[in-house]
Amino acid sequence: MPSNLVEKYFRTEKLPQIWCPGCGHGVITRSIVDAIDQAGLDKDKVCIVSGIGCSSRAPGYMDFNTLHTTHGRALAFATGIKLAKPELKVIVITGDGDATAIGGNHFIHACRRNIGITTIVYNNNIYGMTGGQYSPTTPKHEKGTTAPFGNIDKAFDICDLASAAGASYVGRSTAYHANLTTTLVKNALNNEGFSLVEAVSGCPTYYGRKNKKGNAVDMMNWYKDNAVTAAAAAKLSEEQMAGKILIGEFKNKPEPEYTSEYQKIIDKLAKGR
Amino acid sequence: MKKEARLMQGNEACVEGAIAAGMRFYAGYPITPSTEIAEISAEKLPYVGGKFIQMEDEIAGMAAVIGGSLTGLKSMTATSGPGFSLKQENIGYAAIAEIPCVIVDVQRGGPSTGQPTCPSQGDVMQAKWGTHGDHPVIALTPSSVKETFDLTVRAFNLAEKYRMPVLLMMDEVIGHMREKVELPDPSELEIIDRKRPDCDKDKYIAFKPDEDLVPPMADFGIGYRYHVTGLVHDETGFPSNSTKVADQLIRRLVDKIEMHKHDIIQWEEENTEDAEVIIFSYGCVSRAARTAMKALRDKGVKVGTFRPITIWPFPEERLLELAKKVKTIIVAEMNLGQMVLEVERICNNVTKIDRVNKVSGDIIYPEEIVAKVEEVL
Repeated sequence: MPSNLVEKYFRTEKLPQIWCPGCGHGVITRSIVDAIDQAGLDKDKVCIVSGIGCSSRAPGYMDFNTLHTTHGRALAFATGIKLAKPELKVIVITGDGDATAIGGNHFIHACRRNIGITTIVYNNNIYGMTGGQYSPTTPKHEKGTTAPFGNIDKAFDICDLASAAGASYVGRSTAYHANLTTTLVKNALNNEGFSLVEAVSGCPTYYGRKNKKGNAVDMMNWYKDNAVTAAAAAKLSEEQMAGKILIGEFKNKPEPEYTSEYQKIIDKLAKGR
Repeated sequence: MKKEARLMQGNEACVEGAIAAGMRFYAGYPITPSTEIAEISAEKLPYVGGKFIQMEDEIAGMAAVIGGSLTGLKSMTATSGPGFSLKQENIGYAAIAEIPCVIVDVQRGGPSTGQPTCPSQGDVMQAKWGTHGDHPVIALTPSSVKETFDLTVRAFNLAEKYRMPVLLMMDEVIGHMREKVELPDPSELEIIDRKRPDCDKDKYIAFKPDEDLVPPMADFGIGYRYHVTGLVHDETGFPSNSTKVADQLIRRLVDKIEMHKHDIIQWEEENTEDAEVIIFSYGCVSRAARTAMKALRDKGVKVGTFRPITIWPFPEERLLELAKKVKTIIVAEMNLGQMVLEVERICNNVTKIDRVNKVSGDIIYPEEIVAKVEEVL
């Protein structure tokens, strides 16, 4: 039976989306609406916020309260929305460059506050929208148009970054592991505090082509063959894990949520009168 | 009932005005000489059920204010020169996405870190041209503590009425000066709220303007699901690559203010009826200008003052009328000549224009203005 998710959650008149053939972003976006559906959220009470980049075009196709902001700032806009109206379920869709380069400061501080925002980083290891420049998650020695001789920067591990900065829910999946992505996003939506799901996405047009990763199918197969769960990784040596992608739920440790803590102050002051 | 008079700082009057106007959301970052606005907001907002957040940087403060406003809360941030520079991109976002909000800039000496504790009026052109692209601007400039209260209320009213960011351009003197102020009773204030849609939820066209060129704005989360973007967009709010749509949008945003400029523009003038010289000034400098005028009038010199309260859009029609009657307009400002460019644009070949400028971090004294008037006569 065909899925009714598209009819139910997408602005079908805006489709097809702008992404290149073979891009992993569409699969991830579908997983997000699948998770929203499974979580039983009211469309009117869901707000999806994005920054600038390929991934950040997703909200335009999604039938919720949607906000396409400035480069890197989605989490700062989203923080305003969540604090002003905590009953909204606020979801941020962002990319590796948007979230961890230009928006890196907002990212770590949103984690630190543990504000109730579910953030999905579509990590395609490259700046796609501008044509293939290296990002903070481009692996060392790999190429981008601005790293023609190989990238000498060390890459961020977005999940480690979020976890260290204080996010209360952290997980990683890939565009191949659609069911896992759905599960992680659903769990993230159920977490009151700040949640981060990194969704590794293939960019055959730029990252793949620049780094000889083959076509879109080859890239999907690579995720299938090289993504390792934490349980499986425990049995592998450090050498065996080199170049592999660790997937699964890494942290689920509920902590007091920011806007609830603020509401306590308001309530306390109201009682003190 | 006798009203309570309070000794109050300009920055405090700004927060009092904001809360009286209905501000219920503040996001910002500490910066001298505006910090008291954040501090007092942090203390007062939770008592009225409002929200305050200290963001990680100036850019985030502006972004969060836009987010807060989209949920329907009247929102404000405050900053000074370096932070005003950082906020510019998102001020442009608020302009193109038509988000009502108030941005306070308590001006200090620049460029860069400059003179954090000293007054300046070096940001008045940045207020007009700071963000990229063509866009509408409303900027107000108070010259007293009481007027800071009044203009903060007005800034919110204009932001709500015209769906756009409104700038309150204070300066360090006005921000930190203390004066006796009698705050009006809330019932005496005119408070304007944004137009909200009353159509069926599935009929809402988010950026379709009414005859006043202002589209009704729905709060996020009440059933009008729509899209907001900083890209050029059509009336539905979705991005468009059409050159026609781009032209229509940008012209409408600018026309929105042009159409209503007589509602927006305010100024104050004194002794202009028989004046041979007019001292043009704004913000704290207008206090020195007034003292200078009195001293000169005592000597029999026919001097008047002109003070734009709204600096953008500029009160050009009235200034041109006055220019035709006087020998000289002297523009006194704490920069090396910014608003004088606007005065020259309007009044060149009509009257003579001269300047008093200062960028030392010191204020302009009445004697300096008196000396300039005596020099030109």
